[in-house]
Amino acid sequence: MTASTPTAPPAPPARRFRASTFEPVSFFCTGLTGLATFLILAILALILGNIFLQGGAGLSPRFMFGNADKDMFDVASAGVWPMVFGTAARVILMTLFVIPIGVTTASYLTEYAPALSPFTRIIRGAVNNLAGVPSIVFGLFGLGFFISAVGGTLDVFLYPDSPKPVWGKAALIWASLTLAVMTLPVVIVATEESLRAIPLGLREASLALGATKLQTVLRVVLPQALPGILTGGILAVSRAAGEVAPILFTGAAYYMASLPQSLTDQFMDLAYHVFVLSTQSPDIEKTRPILYGTVVVLLLLTFALNLVAILIRARVRRNLRRLA
Amino acid sequence: MVAPLLSPLARVTPPDAASPATPHGHPPLIEVDRLSLYYGAARALHDISFAIPERLVTAFIGPSGCGKSTLLRCFNRMNDLIDNVRLEGSVRIGGEDIYARDIDVIELRKRVGMVFQRSNPFPKTIFDNIAYALRLQGFRRKSEIADIVEQSLHQAALWDEVKDRLHASALGLSGGQQQRLCIARAIAIKPDILLMDEPASALDPLATAKIEDLILDLKRQFTIVIVTHNMQQAARISDATAFFYLGELIEHDATGKIFTNPARKQTEDYVTGRFG
Repeated sequence: MTASTPTAPPAPPARRFRASTFEPVSFFCTGLTGLATFLILAILALILGNIFLQGGAGLSPRFMFGNADKDMFDVASAGVWPMVFGTAARVILMTLFVIPIGVTTASYLTEYAPALSPFTRIIRGAVNNLAGVPSIVFGLFGLGFFISAVGGTLDVFLYPDSPKPVWGKAALIWASLTLAVMTLPVVIVATEESLRAIPLGLREASLALGATKLQTVLRVVLPQALPGILTGGILAVSRAAGEVAPILFTGAAYYMASLPQSLTDQFMDLAYHVFVLSTQSPDIEKTRPILYGTVVVLLLLTFALNLVAILIRARVRRNLRRLA
Repeated sequence: MVAPLLSPLARVTPPDAASPATPHGHPPLIEVDRLSLYYGAARALHDISFAIPERLVTAFIGPSGCGKSTLLRCFNRMNDLIDNVRLEGSVRIGGEDIYARDIDVIELRKRVGMVFQRSNPFPKTIFDNIAYALRLQGFRRKSEIADIVEQSLHQAALWDEVKDRLHASALGLSGGQQQRLCIARAIAIKPDILLMDEPASALDPLATAKIEDLILDLKRQFTIVIVTHNMQQAARISDATAFFYLGELIEHDATGKIFTNPARKQTEDYVTGRFG
């Protein structure tokens, strides 16, 4: 050991608190994020602006609520009421199917299934994979499963003597069920998230009072999760309203003389009608106003269905907040 | 002696198991016999045997992680909710083995109420928090429910503070009030036993004092088992005290004896603050 006297440590470099001067990388990246945001807004404005400018003019009560029973390619007489009715019916029916099934599945996954079991992991994986399946595949699935398998079987047992299929054909109920299968992952994931956000203490409080697990889930857990469940419903409605592929084989009709009378009838559909107008029109220039008008009505209907769901959710939230 | 806990017919307690004497000579209500509990491979409770007397306050003390909350949760089988829990030995309440095959856990929990460390009122109204517990019990008549709600709030010394806002949210109450509401909710269904897991550890001294007064009042009707980190609290409110360390019951005796003249060195070190 040397006997050198300890020297004072070297003085640290003087700190500078002045703002750094121009940093090109940071500036470039900030600019890029701004540009990307602007691009999205611009595209949305372009689409909506174009549609509403060109389609808004053609909107009239006669067009929105008129029947399509005359020539549906004639600007003067075309009406889209049957399509509005059909689209609203399939979306509302789908919601009635998907919410109970989705909520039940999510409740099983979060409340009942052992968290770490391979079985639970397989279900979660299946749900995620379902979300990635192309919508036309759901359409084919609906045709093969709901119409041929389920509907065909029903006909064999219920209407063995009927010459024409009753259940085993494209119908409102099969289109709605196909859409429900397609939107199931959205509802399951949204519900699971809101269930997981509910503190364990609430469940324990209920169970410690002698509630069964089912009573706890139904009366304490699910009411708290309702806004999240409705968010899932809103996302499902948005996704389903504009879809054509899943209903192509399962329920949408090119033309029908009257509104669907039962769940086993086919229906006319706004989104499918947009496809019909743009591919089957005898004179695309002449029918363009109808096409634009139909798209506007489709957008308005989607917004309206969403709005209803959002209003319900706001009401539920208000009720919950009154208690929070 | 309490009524048979879970089945209409009282089962005969095996006479050979000489009931361990309780510190005050009160008849034992909860009898723990050679109880060990494992979380997976880890042992949380090791070979615990003792008895908890009826209508007295028994305090569980010991450093964090000593197993006192785990043991408390054995008495209403809340540990059932955790995956991978394994139990050896037995717990008898009123002579009945609560881990026997034919025990209805739901009925057990109606007889063994619990108050948690973090107050957990439901996001419902003050009234509905208690009414929920009553409806689970099968009460349907509105007037009857209203009567018991009022009575429970009186018992929990909360009535005067909330009588004008029964239909306001329970979450608008202060922490101490919320905890007293949880106590009111637990006693509304008239359990035999009230388990309290550090019920005042999140409260200020004033709210704590109110809870302690309440416990002294409630012990006339209920058998109370309380887990606490607060040694003065244990000394103030309990009749018997059990000291746990590393999953083992070190000593169980009358509270006065535990705090003034404990039999074991470890207990003395803990209650005098030398470790823990």
